[in-house]
Amino acid sequence: MRWYSALLHLYPRSFRVEYGDELIAVFRSRARDARGGRAKVSLWLEVILDTATSAAAAHLDLARQDVRSAARAVRRSPGFSLTVVLVAALGIGATAAAFAVTDHVLLRPLPFSRPERLVKLYQDQSFRGYSRMELSPPNFLDWQRESRAFLGMGAYSSWSSNLLGAGDPVRLDGATVTGSVFAVLGVAPSLGRALTTIDDQPASARALVISHSLWMTQFGGRPDVLGQSVLLDDEAHTIVGVMPPSFNFPSRQTSFWAPLRLTGELLEDRTNWYLNVVARLKDEVSLEQARAEMKGIAAQLALAYPDANARSGATVIELRDEVTRQARLTLWALAGASLCMLLIACTNLASLLLSRTLDRHRELSVRAALGAGRDRLVRQMLTENLLLTAIGGAIGGIAAAAVVPLVTRLVPISLPIADVPALDARLLGICLIVTMGTGLLFGVLPPLKLASSASLDGLKDGARTGVSRATERLRSMLVVGEITASMVLIVCAGLLLQALWRVQGVNPGFQVSGVLTLRTSLPMPKYAATSARQRFYDQVLDEIRTLPGVRHAGYISFLPMVMRGGIWPITVDGQPLDSQNPHTVSLRQISPGFFDALRIPLLRGRDVRDSDRPDSPRVVVVSESFVKRHWPSLDPLGRRVSFAFGELEVVGVVQDIKVRGLERESEPQIYLAAAQFPDNSLLYYSPKDLVVGADGDLQALVLLLRTAVTRADPQVPVSDIRPLSEIVEADMAARVVQVRVLGAFAATAFLLAAVGLHGLLAFSVAARTREIGVRFALGATPAGVMRLVVGRGLLLAACGIGVGLVLAAWAASALQTLLFGVDPRHAGVYAAAIALCLAIAVLGTVLPALRAMRVDLLDAIRAE
Amino acid sequence: MDGMKIKPIPDELMPLPSAVFHILVSLADVDRHGYAIIQDVTARTGGEVKLGPGTLYRSIQRMLEQDLIVEADTRPAPDADDERRRYYRITPFGRQVARAEAERLSGLVALARARGLLSRKA
Repeated sequence: MRWYSALLHLYPRSFRVEYGDELIAVFRSRARDARGGRAKVSLWLEVILDTATSAAAAHLDLARQDVRSAARAVRRSPGFSLTVVLVAALGIGATAAAFAVTDHVLLRPLPFSRPERLVKLYQDQSFRGYSRMELSPPNFLDWQRESRAFLGMGAYSSWSSNLLGAGDPVRLDGATVTGSVFAVLGVAPSLGRALTTIDDQPASARALVISHSLWMTQFGGRPDVLGQSVLLDDEAHTIVGVMPPSFNFPSRQTSFWAPLRLTGELLEDRTNWYLNVVARLKDEVSLEQARAEMKGIAAQLALAYPDANARSGATVIELRDEVTRQARLTLWALAGASLCMLLIACTNLASLLLSRTLDRHRELSVRAALGAGRDRLVRQMLTENLLLTAIGGAIGGIAAAAVVPLVTRLVPISLPIADVPALDARLLGICLIVTMGTGLLFGVLPPLKLASSASLDGLKDGARTGVSRATERLRSMLVVGEITASMVLIVCAGLLLQALWRVQGVNPGFQVSGVLTLRTSLPMPKYAATSARQRFYDQVLDEIRTLPGVRHAGYISFLPMVMRGGIWPITVDGQPLDSQNPHTVSLRQISPGFFDALRIPLLRGRDVRDSDRPDSPRVVVVSESFVKRHWPSLDPLGRRVSFAFGELEVVGVVQDIKVRGLERESEPQIYLAAAQFPDNSLLYYSPKDLVVGADGDLQALVLLLRTAVTRADPQVPVSDIRPLSEIVEADMAARVVQVRVLGAFAATAFLLAAVGLHGLLAFSVAARTREIGVRFALGATPAGVMRLVVGRGLLLAACGIGVGLVLAAWAASALQTLLFGVDPRHAGVYAAAIALCLAIAVLGTVLPALRAMRVDLLDAIRAE
Repeated sequence: MDGMKIKPIPDELMPLPSAVFHILVSLADVDRHGYAIIQDVTARTGGEVKLGPGTLYRSIQRMLEQDLIVEADTRPAPDADDERRRYYRITPFGRQVARAEAERLSGLVALARARGLLSRKA
């Protein structure tokens, strides 16, 4: 019989209470009637089956009833329901979106086979500020040959190239890779084959693997793309494979992979650092062991080739860690801010549901008195709360999915992943967990609280509307928590805004507005000869300069903030090159007119000009910081600097520009006359970016510029057409997104906290109507009563602000590297945050205080 | 119980779950307690229908809500050592529903017979 009683616990409590005795009685009668072992066994089997099925059905009945009545209750108070749903949606949506991005960038395994074993290798040249320097081809080959820690090692380098043979000529970002790279990554192509070490051989035909998106856009997704021949910078390649869409190596812009052949003169220069190296650790080798081994190999090479390798070490990091500290910090900040949001949303929910539960205290007491089991009532309220949270969760999830693409600027391009996180079960899972957590925790507590206190008290004549001291205290704590979280968010958002303003205030050194840029990539080897290029530039520039509205036009190797590298060692005044501590500069070739187009002030001497031809003395224009570094007190004009292929005479000094972006120190710049470059040398640096300074509508110029380029050479693709302002904006984009996201969070938190405080005070004023009425009767003035209510609000705000100050200071110091020199204790920001939090208090207090002042003694007593 | 409930027309309850129909039939002539209903149903159907106690009380709960039956009283059962048991009684509405279900079933039988699925004698 004990067993059967235990079995009855499968039923809902209300059912068990109602029919338990009857069921036991029936069972007893049946047990008495069942004689013999077999009958007893079959009785038990029957009973177990019967109990299980009917218990499940009884639960289902109840749930259906609960949902129906919950839906009725929701319809009865649409305002309240809408508030709860919105608050839940806000908290859940923010958390889910932040989680999706953070998870995508920082947590999720990279889309390669066993990605945790993949590492990147760099030369460690910390002695001159580069702990992650690319490798030179001979060093790579030595590292590859000497190391034992890796299953495989491959090198790659980015290569932008013009693609001919599939529609219009297009400019593509791709990579050249050694054949081992695909094997190291362990990703199979979705069509055809990947590159192998056989493709590295100079004798093999040039093979090409293309990305899924290139396949779709340029080749219409046709399977017969395999075997098709295309021209990449005038060199014939045969397409042998298509990679799957998830393959974004080395970055999401990569759209093709061509063989990287390390032969000939490439093997001679150990200072030609341009190879990225990826490798796969052997199973039994740890990262530390690999580091130790590579350090040894680098030390040997430093001894063997002191000119190029002295003091060079080796850096080995996990591929996953190719994320800058800033990007990482930004995401953690985002996650932290979203947690604050969730916290605020949850406390608001708890507060809302609590007050609602208390509001219905009397109704529930009546129903309890009429015989509804208490657990049934609790259960019903629980269902109501869960239903509302679930709707909120669903809306939040949808909102998160919609919002995530807006924050892709926070996904660093240094990682081989897609820009938008795939919306998958994980996002759904996190929404579910957060929703259920919120709903259960904050939906269950109030009804349980009610259950413990609900009794017939609610019916007692004139009973206070059930505000226990403990409940008030709990709600006060919730409000303090909200103000604390708002404080933290407002301070962080404020500091980041200050940082953004400071970055926006940085002078890039050139005119940002009224400049249009575009890229005309010259196919090689057609334009390997300097004279050929010169003819092209002259024709294009001459035609453009006659266009209406165009002030100036010029060419440069790479635009600032787009290409941040291109750093070369240089010697000055004939002193020998110090390989330990070379003077590096940012080197560019330009045509006449470049400085004018960007309005870069010429401080001394002259610009490069058309008369600087190959046969005239070679000239160079240097930036102000270059002069400061080398000839602080001398006249720079006429002095000499030397670079790879010879001596150059300084003819002009210009103002510095922010080549590496607004937030970073840039090397001094030197500009060489493009026309004076020898044939076939440093073709990568030959000018390709056209800048046009113009008055009026830049867009109107685009077509005319295109026509000018096409007239000069129809095979030259025009790409990357954009105003210079867009490039500078892109440099600040991550920051702008940061500020917007955090600002939005802070604003929402601010509103929610005000709503929360208002709710609490309004409720307590309503609950204390009689007390206030009596106070008036005893001679209290309206001002006194108002002080009572406002004082309460201010006290809570003060508590929140106090705790918030401490937490905000801590959060701000954690954010320091993102602040671009803004003091994490910036007094103005804290003062503003305090003022805003006090504003929350005032906002939340006004209505309840007014209501309290209007309490009328007669009304107060009549209400009883 | 919600006394304000509007009686649904019998059609909404149709077709009646077989357990509910059997319980109504069993209570048609006399008030019975739970175990007596189970025994009666088993006996009348020659052991073909055995109501489990869980199924029985779940049905009873719903039938009470639907006003098909009421609790008659609580009194000692003659067969159960003076243990007090709840007795159930069919309501006029319950009779109406049971009749409607019986008619629906007999209509089905007539239909089957007309199509020759069933012999005249059966």
